[in-house]
Amino acid sequence: MKRKLSLFSVPYVVWMAIFVVAPIVMIVVYAFSSAAGGFTLSNFTQLGTYAVVFGRSFKLAAIATVICLLIGYPVSYVMSREGPQFQRIAMVLIMLPMWINFLLRTYSWMSILDNNGLLNQLFQSLGVIDLYNRIFGTDLAYFRMLNTQGAVVLGMVYNYLPFMILPIYSVIVKLDHSLIEAAHDLGANTFNVFRRVILPLSFPGILSGITMVFVPSVSTFAISKMMGGGTELLLGDLIEQQFLGGAYNPQLGAAISLVMMVIVVVCMWLMNHFGEGEEQAVML
Amino acid sequence: MAKELIRLSDCVMRYEDNLVLDHINLYINDKEFLTLLGPSGCGKTTTLRIIGGFLTPTSGDIFFDGVRINDVPPNKRTINTVFQKYALFPHLNVFENVAFGLRLQKLPEKEIHTRVMEMLEAVSLRGFEHRRPEALSGGQQQRVAIARALVNRPKVLLLDEPLGALDLKLRKDMQIELKRIQQQVGITFIFVTHDQEEALSMSDTLVVMDGGRIQQIGTPEDIYNEPKNAFVADFIGESNIIDGIMVEDRVVQMYGRRFPCLDTGFAPNEAVDVVIRPEDIDIVPVEQGQITGTVTSVTFKGMQYDIIVDFRGFKWLIQTTDHSPVGARIGIKIDPDGIHVMKKSAYSGQFGDYSSFSDEYEELDNASPDGEEEGAWHEA
Repeated sequence: MKRKLSLFSVPYVVWMAIFVVAPIVMIVVYAFSSAAGGFTLSNFTQLGTYAVVFGRSFKLAAIATVICLLIGYPVSYVMSREGPQFQRIAMVLIMLPMWINFLLRTYSWMSILDNNGLLNQLFQSLGVIDLYNRIFGTDLAYFRMLNTQGAVVLGMVYNYLPFMILPIYSVIVKLDHSLIEAAHDLGANTFNVFRRVILPLSFPGILSGITMVFVPSVSTFAISKMMGGGTELLLGDLIEQQFLGGAYNPQLGAAISLVMMVIVVVCMWLMNHFGEGEEQAVML
Repeated sequence: MAKELIRLSDCVMRYEDNLVLDHINLYINDKEFLTLLGPSGCGKTTTLRIIGGFLTPTSGDIFFDGVRINDVPPNKRTINTVFQKYALFPHLNVFENVAFGLRLQKLPEKEIHTRVMEMLEAVSLRGFEHRRPEALSGGQQQRVAIARALVNRPKVLLLDEPLGALDLKLRKDMQIELKRIQQQVGITFIFVTHDQEEALSMSDTLVVMDGGRIQQIGTPEDIYNEPKNAFVADFIGESNIIDGIMVEDRVVQMYGRRFPCLDTGFAPNEAVDVVIRPEDIDIVPVEQGQITGTVTSVTFKGMQYDIIVDFRGFKWLIQTTDHSPVGARIGIKIDPDGIHVMKKSAYSGQFGDYSSFSDEYEELDNASPDGEEEGAWHEA
């Protein structure tokens, strides 16, 4: 049982201990402490108050993830079928926004979606808003797009879409082409080749794409703050308030973080489990 | 008379300025075991892929049972393929791999089960149905691939170098096994290989290809005994190919000496290639020999000795059971039926000299590459 660690692994073990294990332990300790320092469960009993925020966070993250999947999978699939030149350029274009500062990207969206923003000006000049008012008998000066849940979801999708495309693309592009030919040979049309071979074999990519979009979406605070205008409070904002905001209460913040982490882990576990089940289902 | 099933009519395959198939004309009979044989890049796999529907010829037509099928996709052809690397679905177990085609036909579950189990029985894989492909040996994967193709009851089975990745012993077993399966199911097998021994032992009809052209079509015996040109003579078995002159019917002149032979139909004094198989040469004392030479190399092969003999600068391979030491002068005698005369072709002079013995000969002898090398045999 006594396996001696190699000398080279020591720095990494130390690193992990200091920067991964220790912080998690601290979160756990904080979550079960009162402001005075004693053991308490009150941090958790308070959480009921924030059920709405939990619900909203997970709902918006789930919607964003589904939209990313619906956009990302076809993009990955189409990309993988094109020539190498196309794939290289498409890859750069997908990555490029990620190399631009996050705040700048999000501010741009704000100026596009703003009440006096680019889109509303466009709608105005096209007469879309007047048309809408006439049809529905309303009296709108603009469409309210910024500071809505939709805007938050849009921000998530825009920022995290590459994390959905990349893992799916890398799985599909590596698929052995002879498997596709074999499926054709055995009588499958294009749809069945996709459903019975390409889709099940790209499942690992879908799973990691979902994870990589859902997890940052559920804990984001900047996107909701900027695109939601503080009206659509998410878990990330709530946690931020406990540590930096006026509602200073790090113990509660730790408890929220911990619960969020547990829920995410359970979600991921269920999904991976479901993934295996899916494979089994295809087999049976 | 066997019924014609597939016809390739004037098929050309061209990738930009690379001519892969050069006006191929070929018909394939029902229920025959036909082998496309040739070196890497000769167009044999391209021909197979055209028949399978994975490629459309640049020009020319392909007919199946008299119907033109150029534009019929693979899934609409009653042809199934055993792929070079088997291409088993990694996410499905053995049973589901074999059942793949039947499920697409939406057959009742009970029938699927019966047919899959029957097929697994036929390839001796009963009991393996719940295994994943990666948990099988190469030979077992091979048999799953065959079962997966045959369970659909195709009219034709295409096999693309299916034995390439197997070791020698397993190859031999699978050769017999494939032949048995073919006779049992009674359908056409079209087999692609670069291994001449495999081709000779399994085929009813052999198609020798090189440079995108068919060099010769015939039974293995015909092709071995009556090769059409120097390429075929060299590729199928071992051959000494000597420049000769056809003096008149049944008399050929080599080394300034006349030899009786059985060939006719050449112009008087036409320049020809003369093929003499190493096993058709008798070693005799110098004074009785038709010609004489010096032994330069002897290799013990178990069944026989392979000796290289220098006849005035041109080296012959002779297979004999009698030992002759290196440096010995020997005479040889060739029976008239051991001499085969061919018309001169583009291949004349390229083959049949064993001067560069070690390289060429060894390479031909080991025509079975190991798995690692297999990639090199891939064709465009």
